[in-house]
Amino acid sequence: MNDITKMLLGQITDFKPDFKGAYNIREDGGCAGRQSSENIKIENKTDKPGIDIRIAAGTVGETVYIPACVTHGDVNDLVYNDFFVGKDADVVIVAGCGVHTSDGHDARHNGIHRFFLEEGSRVKYLEKHIGTGMGSGGRSIDPVTEVFLGKNSVLEMDTEQIGGVDRSVRNTSAVCEEGARLLVRERLLTAKDQFAETNFKVELNGLDSAADIVSRAVARDTSKQVYTSDIVGNAPCSGHSECDAIIADKASVNAAPRLIANHGDAALIHEAAIGKIAGEQILKLRTLGMTEEEAEAKIIEGFLS
Amino acid sequence: MIKLENISWSTPEGNRVLDGVNLTIPDGKLVVITGPNGGGKTTLAKIIAGIVTPDSGKIYLDGEDITDLDVTERARRGVSFAFQQPVRFKGVTVRQLLQWSAGDRKLSDAQLCDILGNVGLCASEYLGREVSSALSGGEIKRIEIASVIARGTKLSIFDEPEAGIDLWSFANLIKAFRRIHEELGGTLIIISHQERILRIADEIVLLSDGKLGASGPANEMMERVLSSGSAAYACRKQEVAFNE
Ligand SMILES: Nc1ncnc2c1ncn2[C@@H]1O[C@H](COP(=O)(O)OP(=O)(O)OP(=O)(O)O)[C@@H](O)[C@H]1O
Ligand SMILES: [Mg+2]
Repeated sequence: MNDITKMLLGQITDFKPDFKGAYNIREDGGCAGRQSSENIKIENKTDKPGIDIRIAAGTVGETVYIPACVTHGDVNDLVYNDFFVGKDADVVIVAGCGVHTSDGHDARHNGIHRFFLEEGSRVKYLEKHIGTGMGSGGRSIDPVTEVFLGKNSVLEMDTEQIGGVDRSVRNTSAVCEEGARLLVRERLLTAKDQFAETNFKVELNGLDSAADIVSRAVARDTSKQVYTSDIVGNAPCSGHSECDAIIADKASVNAAPRLIANHGDAALIHEAAIGKIAGEQILKLRTLGMTEEEAEAKIIEGFLS
Repeated sequence: MIKLENISWSTPEGNRVLDGVNLTIPDGKLVVITGPNGGGKTTLAKIIAGIVTPDSGKIYLDGEDITDLDVTERARRGVSFAFQQPVRFKGVTVRQLLQWSAGDRKLSDAQLCDILGNVGLCASEYLGREVSSALSGGEIKRIEIASVIARGTKLSIFDEPEAGIDLWSFANLIKAFRRIHEELGGTLIIISHQERILRIADEIVLLSDGKLGASGPANEMMERVLSSGSAAYACRKQEVAFNE
């Protein structure tokens, strides 16, 4: 594992080298460390780049790390990772991606993650994306997340991209069977001339299935963001999506939520709000002794926390 | 000591709201400003905090002319202001807001608990809550007051702290004001229509039609304020009805 990978890992995960459980560290398209545990087996795919992560039924309380790092320009990494989560397992999956380039060349990571959750299983999926380095080389991260939620399973996804990524297209889709729940908490920050697009597509097919997507974004300078969400209710189900954006300077945010109800008992709600930081918020923090700049930074920090 | 000298302010449309206000408040005093709605109380408080700039007049804090200092600089010199209509912050917890209020002083859980106790809120229930629309009007108002208590500065201004607060929490609040006043020796300016707040004042100042109508010690001013058909009088009637 090179020093840049070590630096990136420190920023995107709390992974420690002496970690006893299962992990796979991807570095510039190769493998910089792997370990399986008794309940969580990691193996190479045979037909394409990537790994299969098999989590045994009933595995409870384990964490598996599968971060990916790109540490220099001229890397265009494409990887397919599939997670098979056994019945009644309850685990934490820490992914995350860091892309670094300082040599003037572009660096890109494109991770396609599929999750197959069996009945009654629960996954907490943590994903943090950053870009670092200097120079003109572009940093892009384009994650694709596909989730298949079996009966009464739950996937809680916590995803953030809060700095340094120049271009990002994030596609998340999920299919929920009976009683299954998808919870997504997303945080995005773009600055300068960065671009981020995030698209959600959720199909609620089973009785009492549910989805809750909460996305908060801050767009500054001349950056651009696009948010779309399609929640399709095909059964008695409940779906909620919320897109909240703070916009500053000359940035632009385009939010297009869509709700599609194909069943009379589908209850779908969407909330969206885009606006600049309220002047009263800045004023309140100034009465606490902060400067205008400090107040703005605190408001954004809080909003994205 | 805070001293206002000949302060005047008109609305952008040219309506005179404050007309040559003079007011001196010695250190450690608790002064209540009362008067009819629209009389200019909030405007006067915001002028002291630096949020509104007067058209003319001077403001002195401990002898220093602070008229040209902005909100941040006045806050750093020890002026705190609890807004009549508090603002909400998405994603910011009560704990964070109170910690920001305290500045560099790191607040322990016990201190946070103590601060929230002043406004009748239980720390274990509220510290992790977001200061967002998920809080009720009364809750956000009490947190606003707590944020000023957390600062513990030499001058604290509270703009209608009673508004939207239930009578049980209100009793705590009165105790908190007394404590800041008596134990901590802070100077307090409270804008209020509430008889029970008027009663704890060292001095009551009546502001109407842009002028300081009358001012004096609480015991002398009380009857005058209450008989004038003021909001405090209406408030007393409500409270009597409630207690019955
Ligand atoms: N920015 C402003 N623009 C226009 N008019 C204003 C502005 N600020 C205050 N005013 C007017 O000045 C007058 C005094 O307002 P202020 O809020 O100071 O009254 P108040 O005494 O605090 O009233 P209340 O008891 O209702 O809180 C009101 O008529 C108000 O409409
Ligand atoms: Mg007012």
